[in-house]
Amino acid sequence: MNNYEHSVYLDVKKCIGCTTCLRHCPTQAIRIKDGHAVINDMRCIDCGECIRVCPKKAKKAKCNRLSEMSEYKWKIALPAPTLYGQFENLEDVDYVLNGLLKIGFDDVFEVSAAAELVTAYTRAFLKTANIQRPIISSACPVVLRLISLRFPSLTDNILPMLPPMEVAAQIAREKALKEHPELKSEDIGICFISPCPGKVSYVKNGFGSYKSQVDKVISISDIYFELINAMDHDDDIKAVSHSGMIGIGWASSGGEATPLFNEAYLAADGIDNVNRVLDQIENDNIPPLEFIELNACTGGCVGGVMTMQNPFIAKAKLKTLRRFLPVSQNILTKEQQEHIPESYFFEDLPTYYPISRLSESMSESMRMLGEIQKFKATLPGIDCGACGAPTCQAFAEDVIKGNAKEFECIIKYQSALREFLKSKDDNSDSL
Amino acid sequence: MSELLTFHFDVDGDDFTSAGQASVQIKKNLRQLGISPDIIRRVSIAMYEGEINMVIHADGGDADVSVTEEYIEITLKDQGPGIANVEQAMQEGFSTASDSIRSMGFGAGMGLPNMKRYTDYMNIETTVGKGTTITMRVNLPSL
Repeated sequence: MNNYEHSVYLDVKKCIGCTTCLRHCPTQAIRIKDGHAVINDMRCIDCGECIRVCPKKAKKAKCNRLSEMSEYKWKIALPAPTLYGQFENLEDVDYVLNGLLKIGFDDVFEVSAAAELVTAYTRAFLKTANIQRPIISSACPVVLRLISLRFPSLTDNILPMLPPMEVAAQIAREKALKEHPELKSEDIGICFISPCPGKVSYVKNGFGSYKSQVDKVISISDIYFELINAMDHDDDIKAVSHSGMIGIGWASSGGEATPLFNEAYLAADGIDNVNRVLDQIENDNIPPLEFIELNACTGGCVGGVMTMQNPFIAKAKLKTLRRFLPVSQNILTKEQQEHIPESYFFEDLPTYYPISRLSESMSESMRMLGEIQKFKATLPGIDCGACGAPTCQAFAEDVIKGNAKEFECIIKYQSALREFLKSKDDNSDSL
Repeated sequence: MSELLTFHFDVDGDDFTSAGQASVQIKKNLRQLGISPDIIRRVSIAMYEGEINMVIHADGGDADVSVTEEYIEITLKDQGPGIANVEQAMQEGFSTASDSIRSMGFGAGMGLPNMKRYTDYMNIETTVGKGTTITMRVNLPSL
């Protein structure tokens, strides 16, 4: 947990300490110290909200560059279905896939194809599995980290199946080794074309003891212009696409849950909604549901912070694109449905570390919480952010934990100053 | 004897949409104390059900939570109509909630039974026409 490698980072030179990100961070992981933002690694879930709102573009995501793929003999691109929603007048996914082959990849494997397999396996899994309901989707890496940090009692509800990106990586690697026996596994580089920094962190850190099969992650926005220039619509293009309506539908919210053909589902998107839904599940305050799809970004993956297009426009474009596609191009036989490959499951879940715990000792935590309550009552309660903490409550916690000083609250400082000046005046009057 | 830590919440009876806020807040506080997720879940469900009951039936009330190293105690106090037949009210599925409340998904008659199920101790003091005070305790495992 301590050496979690994040993808979201701050360019200190650009940050002016304006407090915008402070207010938007869903886990209160940001403070302003010495005039610029500081991210708390323990709390950050790499959702990218701060990247989205920063007016100075000081928040960024660490991704790989296309040139880094040159270290591999055999380069495979795994495009996220969201990529297909970024282009004007795209009639066929194959233009995008051929474009990827032109800019240097030796092969492509669509994540949407793997998504169709995950859908089919999940459908089978829901029929048989003896796991706690409702089952929560494992596809959004930000939601996974949020659950493991803040909703530990819900970890048992997580669908133990790998997300489509990982299934795609496994299949793509096996395929390459089979078709090109001269290659060794380390010669193969698998690169995910990602809409969000959450996936970058997932690839770096894995989940529980699972290690990601993806080698590099490039953002959609970084590869966009090079790719669009390589997409020649007059070219004779190879037919490589192997996914249907279901797979491409995964790019937007509801796309994972609806093809499970089980009406007892809920699909929520946007980090605040996700938080609220998780709170309600924890309180047993939801109708009896089988499946919960949660996406940290508004609209689903199309709302990722590393995309080019507005999520709703991207969704509309994907709808047009899906129109004449078969429902699914990855269908399982009866036998396949009964034998889900072991390698498609998580082995375990990350261990829970109570990040908000004040102290190792309960009595010390109680004493501190009492102090926090008392101190908070003396604060203005306007959550202005000028002290560098997102709320007066967070500031009170910081002060009692020894991470901030009382008079960093400018309102407290001002009234103390006023008192002081008044007492000086009174003294001078009496002189 | 360990020191007592207390939290107070005004449960607003006028605004139905704000019901459930206190249990979210108490969850945050208990996390800060490093209390185990399972116990936090039990406290927050019991608290949530009680809060909803106070809003539905009693026009709101007061919720007080006190924490010691041995247990967490929740006291819910209202000046509502009181419970005429406690034994009946404790039965799963029994509810006096109005149709409009039911249409919102509440009033399933699981409130009190859930509160009892998720806590180690529960006491109901009620007088018809005067109000109800419910005290619940969840024990903390000794260290």
